[in-house]
Amino acid sequence: MAKQETLKKLGSPEELEAKRESILKGRDTSKPCVTICCGTGCQAYGGVKVTEAFKQEIKERGLEAKIDVRTTGCHGFCERGPLIVIRPRDIFYQRTKVDDVPEIISETIIKGDVISRLLYTIPGTKQKVVRENEVPFYQKQQRLVFGGNGYIDPTKIDDYLAVGGYAALAKALSQMSPEEIIDQVKKSGLRGRGGGGFPTGVKWQSCRRAQGDIKYVICNCDEGDPGAFMDRSLMEGNPHSILEGMIIGAYAIGCSQGYIYIRNEYPIAVRNAEIALEQAEEYGLLGKDILGSGFDLNIKINRGGGAFVCGESTALMASLEGKVGEPRAKYVHTVEKGLWDRPTTLNNVETWANIPLIVSRGAHWYAGIGTENSKGTKIFSLVGKINNTGLVEVPMGISLREIIYDIGGGIPKGKRFKAIQTGGPSGGCIPESLLDLTVDFDELTRAGSMMGSGGMIVMDEDNCMVDIARYFLGFLEGESCGKCVPCREGVRRMRQILDDISQGRGKEGDIELLEQLSAAIADGSLCALGGTAPNPVLTTIRYFRDEYQAHIKEKRCPAGVCKDLISYVIIPENCPGCGLCVKACPVEAITFMGKKKPVILDEEKCTKCGACYDVCRLDAIEIRSGIE
Amino acid sequence: MVTLTIDGQRVQAEEGTTLLEAARDHNIYIPTLCVNEAVSPYGACRLCLVEVTKKERQRLVASCLYFVEEGLIVRTDSERIALIRGMIIELLLARCPKAGEVQELAKRLGVRESRFRVEDENNLCVLCALCTRVCQEVVGQSAISLVNRGTDREVAIPFYDNSDACIACGSCAYICPTEAIKLEDVGDTRIITMPNCRLEFKLKQCPKCGTYWAPEKQLEYMVKKANISSKVFDLCPDCRE
Repeated sequence: MAKQETLKKLGSPEELEAKRESILKGRDTSKPCVTICCGTGCQAYGGVKVTEAFKQEIKERGLEAKIDVRTTGCHGFCERGPLIVIRPRDIFYQRTKVDDVPEIISETIIKGDVISRLLYTIPGTKQKVVRENEVPFYQKQQRLVFGGNGYIDPTKIDDYLAVGGYAALAKALSQMSPEEIIDQVKKSGLRGRGGGGFPTGVKWQSCRRAQGDIKYVICNCDEGDPGAFMDRSLMEGNPHSILEGMIIGAYAIGCSQGYIYIRNEYPIAVRNAEIALEQAEEYGLLGKDILGSGFDLNIKINRGGGAFVCGESTALMASLEGKVGEPRAKYVHTVEKGLWDRPTTLNNVETWANIPLIVSRGAHWYAGIGTENSKGTKIFSLVGKINNTGLVEVPMGISLREIIYDIGGGIPKGKRFKAIQTGGPSGGCIPESLLDLTVDFDELTRAGSMMGSGGMIVMDEDNCMVDIARYFLGFLEGESCGKCVPCREGVRRMRQILDDISQGRGKEGDIELLEQLSAAIADGSLCALGGTAPNPVLTTIRYFRDEYQAHIKEKRCPAGVCKDLISYVIIPENCPGCGLCVKACPVEAITFMGKKKPVILDEEKCTKCGACYDVCRLDAIEIRSGIE
Repeated sequence: MVTLTIDGQRVQAEEGTTLLEAARDHNIYIPTLCVNEAVSPYGACRLCLVEVTKKERQRLVASCLYFVEEGLIVRTDSERIALIRGMIIELLLARCPKAGEVQELAKRLGVRESRFRVEDENNLCVLCALCTRVCQEVVGQSAISLVNRGTDREVAIPFYDNSDACIACGSCAYICPTEAIKLEDVGDTRIITMPNCRLEFKLKQCPKCGTYWAPEKQLEYMVKKANISSKVFDLCPDCRE
């Protein structure tokens, strides 16, 4: 309580600006600041330990007044964590360790010298990069929404204010009518980032016009796609940008209550969102009479149990109401009858985080980014067989090729690109021939895939497309809520057929049956989970039909993945009998025959785990499939 | 009143009527498996999908949930719908090959056999949720509910072993379209058999004629609910004056 008494709520936009000025005045921009990424990825690499080491070292040397340490959210380049940026010079160190800390302080911060060892080297060259924005991974990105992550400590509202935070809210409340805000959002062309791509402004307008004593805003941070983590990283790294968007939205629509639905598996996101809510309330940016405008809004956090289907708006609302998270038909839209049958606007994390940008910089500016029908930027999770794993924010309309090669750094180990799956488990696989496709809502849909969650999984020549389809259908089978027949029964049957094909039991007519099932499931399912579930199958059939046929007709897996269709063979000419594979084999299927004699593999015992293949450096083991 | 067209026929219906109700009022057949007038529509079986055209935009909707609209053009049967219905029936036939209601629908829709393998030939439950809905909406007890996800979904009592909330009324067995839930009175015992459990309840005996006429729990429930004297149920309906 004592804390609250000392902190006077900001009663007007002027008081907010005065607060911001006093924060900036207290900060010396020339003072060195070590910003350390402590997003989930960098934490896993030891980001927290590195932070502690910095604090300890600085304390021991009595440099607390001279060096700032700031933990931030995710910078996106997860592949090279823990990431450190030393500001104001923006010196970028990667894969840092606790042992590097004393040297960084002595050499870089005190003397001003760059430690070459910790710099990022552009793959395939010997070129080292000093500054963060010179790293090729960042160069083609346009980090409007995500960029703030690298500059602020998400647990400190003052950091957000220092980079101009809540100015858009002040502008909205003091200079714009709700209708004007909605008009701006409509003109900006912003479409829902949760995957559906519905025009945000239109949604808001319908909800504003809907009849109801109470209206709700909801932030969807369920992010059930196992390959996507941009919502988590935004909620962890810049929660106030999301809150600011929600408050502006609630004011424009006329809502007095909001909910943030976060999956419980995101503990840092939950914690940072809680802290952000608390601080925003303390500052008078939430609660009663926000910035003296007379507008009231409360926001609560609800933790989800992690069901994929709860990312679907009606299932999420059912879950929020305390019911089983199952979708319902949306013939009466949720903007009219949503949460507790009241008008409700649900937007995704990233959608909300775009709002302050649109309000402060204007719809015209925003609409200048992107393609004709997809405006602004989009954050993608770039994962799989790609050199630079991480989160990338790019303008709509960039090509897949640019994302994969210029930003992602291409495919590891010189392998050949095969396909990229976009949009999460129920997205489609896009082949090499479409790499120049411009990425936006409509183009991805045209290619048989979707924007979806923004997940992007890169696959190379070693991936079997039948196996990929089988894997995703298996995921969706397990996540189908089971309410409607086509999704519950149909997805399971598709997975069974794919199992059969990949295990050598495929038969003539299977492809056609998969196509018929796909049509019935896509058309007949109750919600978008079933509606999109056939995508992985349909696109792999469309672009990689020959692989299906090889499995079905020749009982051959061209990529050498499907265990029942492959065998491992020793190439005697190449095998010097080093014995590495003998040690690696977990089932003693390989016999050592003496030095300089090739080993012998017992096919009966072999479980096709691939351990021998992975350790052999002399190409003495081959994967064979079918009659060769 | 609203005027719309169903299969080329001009039809009038009260506002707030569903397409399914409007069609049935005019003897237009739409197959269903999860519809019963005793409970609210659910939209899960997807057999009642119809094509609606509004402002030249065509889409598929579940007719059990979609309300009539002025000028709406509805088609209850088309190639696209036939494919979906046929596939749903094939999927259900493979799930519940012995369910009479499914077999009848298959016959009516011209589906001879399923291309999918039968996994459990004795499975009778199509997961229409009529039982759970009647228990919640009509009885008001929610003694059973749907648990688990996907094909693991099933009707169950809490934690599979707590039947405290069940008053043995048998509404679930009565409404079940496929006899997946059965009810039998044997001597002084009512037995309700569900796909995964068997529940037994004591029946009350009429002191006058000696018949076991109603479950004790159900009578207690009614006494409490209607706030009446328990003496009302001392005798069976036949022996009451």
